[in-house]
Amino acid sequence: MEHSAWLSASLVYLAAAVLAVPLARYAGLGSIIGYLAAGILIGPWGLKLVTRPEDMLQIAEFGVVLMLFLVGLELEPQRLWALRKPIFGWGSLQLVGSALLLALAALAFGVDWRLAIVAAIGLAMSSTAIGLGVLAERNILATTSGESILSVSLLQDIAAIPILALIPFLAATAGAAGSAGGGWLGAAKVVGTIAAIILGGRLLLRPALRWIASSDTPEIFTAASLLLVVATSALMEAVGLSMALGAFLAGVLLAESEYRRELETDIEPFKGLLLGLFFIAVGMTIDFAVVLAQPLLVAATVIGFLLLKAAVLWAMARTMPIPSLERPVFIVLLAQGGEFGFVVFQSAATTGAITAPNASFLIASVAISMLLTPLVLVVADRWWTPRLGGGARRDVEELKEPQKEPVIIAGFGRYGQIVGRMLYANGIQPTVLDHSAEQIEAMRRFGWRVYYGDATRLDLMRTAGADQARVIVVAIDDIDQSVDCVKMIRANFPRAAIVARARNVSHYYELYELGVRLIERETLDSALMSARSTLEQLGWQPHHARKLALRFRRHNVAQLAAIAPHRKDEARLIAAARQGRQQLEELFALERQQAAERKARAGWSGATDPP
Amino acid sequence: MADNESPASADAAHGAEILVLVAHPELEQSRANRRLIDAARALQQGGSGRVAVRDLYALYPDYLIDVDAEQAALAAARLVVWQHPVRWYGMPPLLKLWCDDVLAFGWAYGPGGDALRGKDVWLVASTGGADDSYRPDGYNRYFFDAFLPPYEQTAALCGMRFLPPLVLHGAHRASDAELAAHATTFARKLAEYPNWPEMEFIEDCVECRVPETARPIDRSMEPA
Repeated sequence: MEHSAWLSASLVYLAAAVLAVPLARYAGLGSIIGYLAAGILIGPWGLKLVTRPEDMLQIAEFGVVLMLFLVGLELEPQRLWALRKPIFGWGSLQLVGSALLLALAALAFGVDWRLAIVAAIGLAMSSTAIGLGVLAERNILATTSGESILSVSLLQDIAAIPILALIPFLAATAGAAGSAGGGWLGAAKVVGTIAAIILGGRLLLRPALRWIASSDTPEIFTAASLLLVVATSALMEAVGLSMALGAFLAGVLLAESEYRRELETDIEPFKGLLLGLFFIAVGMTIDFAVVLAQPLLVAATVIGFLLLKAAVLWAMARTMPIPSLERPVFIVLLAQGGEFGFVVFQSAATTGAITAPNASFLIASVAISMLLTPLVLVVADRWWTPRLGGGARRDVEELKEPQKEPVIIAGFGRYGQIVGRMLYANGIQPTVLDHSAEQIEAMRRFGWRVYYGDATRLDLMRTAGADQARVIVVAIDDIDQSVDCVKMIRANFPRAAIVARARNVSHYYELYELGVRLIERETLDSALMSARSTLEQLGWQPHHARKLALRFRRHNVAQLAAIAPHRKDEARLIAAARQGRQQLEELFALERQQAAERKARAGWSGATDPP
Repeated sequence: MADNESPASADAAHGAEILVLVAHPELEQSRANRRLIDAARALQQGGSGRVAVRDLYALYPDYLIDVDAEQAALAAARLVVWQHPVRWYGMPPLLKLWCDDVLAFGWAYGPGGDALRGKDVWLVASTGGADDSYRPDGYNRYFFDAFLPPYEQTAALCGMRFLPPLVLHGAHRASDAELAAHATTFARKLAEYPNWPEMEFIEDCVECRVPETARPIDRSMEPA
């Protein structure tokens, strides 16, 4: 009855997730803890609803693969190229540094050297799933710490290849049979596969996607997206490379394609569910028999390796350009053990480099450290980060002292900068918040006082002086964040006037519905200036062109406000927009006609002034 | 941009009997005109919609006058007040532009142009030069009245009566007491309008007929 087994398994997994995740989120613990707890609950040590978690883990690992594909989609090749130093420099430092320290510590406690090496390498790996999962949940992938975490995770993905290849050698010295997979031939296969993925991605993928998209069958496009990831992973797997790395590469190659958004929305739900399944499986694999047999040893191992790794990460964070407020996240998200650890320990056990009980002991330690990470993060958010805020560290100065300028500018990109410069030129020193550390560095070189901070956060806005501010300029690039920021301001600082930048018309309407009235669409005025230049080139008098542009603008803005109530009703929206355009055309046409009539009548052609 | 707001302001002016049009390019530096605005605004808020104030430089910082809104505000008014500091012996540029755009042929004057017929215009001006500079022996060489014919004739062409102006000379050096007295006079006259003692001496507007063929070329033509 395979069919009903499949059904009952789905029932168990889905029900556990649906119950546990919302509970965990209400408790303020994040969804990852919810999944892990659900896994423990339904696993062999809980309700025993699932007895063979390993099978599930294999399927669920595909969630991690999909996640890296999505991360790749966000990274254009140029940006990845720019990250090469953090990846190979800081990434190697983390891996080698942590592994060395862990191995030395293990040897100091008299552990067998083979076990020490395998344990050190396996525990030095971090969980990409947890790290990137939390980054995505908090929307901080684009920050310095986010990119640093990504860099370190990527290097671990790359390093997993030689590590998994080397483990059999350890076994060989232990007397077991081990074959060192291929030598030159293997290397040639690896290089060939990566080259094939890159070339294929550059040359074939886009035409293929275009052809599939033109068939106009949405589910086939979804199938193609999944097929793409599965195929790349299978290819990588076949030559002994990390599936996740292959998917990441495929993602990067498609980051510039016109199908990026579509791929993202298609893959996103699969990734979410499979990743959830992955965490459930991790929860299930915790072997409580091992834990209960030596509870103190497990606790000591977990705490010991977390502290050692955290020490390495802390030293790195101090020398890296990571703002001190982001350091706790960076350290906590990379300190735990990860899914690569599972793979390392399992393959070491099967090749005989370490014993099976040792392997399950280590796997349990890693799983517990993963379970602890979200909890530690909650603790860090409550007690660690706020204290850093009060400290005197200042490489990128985060906003800490309460400000009370009359103007706050949230977002200091191209738009906010112009606003800020004009205010500054008139003796107003606005409090400026930006969310990108690089941007802040650059601005500081030009002598601006820019603070690091996420303007959608209530506590930061309060520190920025939003209570006293008369005007808050919301010039944030990201539409969702801009809307969040405005909502937060409207709810908490109703006295401040909001001056908002709209990226486009639908953003304009979102802001309008939140009650903002001082909204400028970012391209409107410059486009109108270009329209003026065009009319001038065609022979219109400059002043006349100016007047037409200003009247067009007024009509357009009034029209936008008039349509606002119908903006959800597309048919009415189109009708209203068409009517508005007709009105304007008719108005201009009427004026031209009147002017022509006047000219014709009585042969007037002389003086142009009224009486 | 503030001109987004003009429809709302037009509503505020709708139906008011006295329309005060203020044109001051540097209101933040004003001593006299600001007090007058305050006085008029107090009447606007207290007086059941009889007075409406339109601050042209605030409404049209980009010099793009909403002609429809302005004409709508004029339609209900019996008294139109032009309140401004004198610049180069005349009105500030935005008020001049207001005249150019709003007092249109066929609406305010010329054939069919009788929208303003029978209304009153009252000039309330301030000058930098003192009283005695506006004399043949002063540096302004003419009595102030010599600069008024353009105003008078603008009113006459639109069929409006030009009431005796209220002028404050030497506004820069006026004492607080003088400014306060000036504002009080202004407010009192607004409140008492149309029952001013001088009304019976003011003649009706002279009829000025503009022939249809006298129509000028509109400035919003395309290039030939």
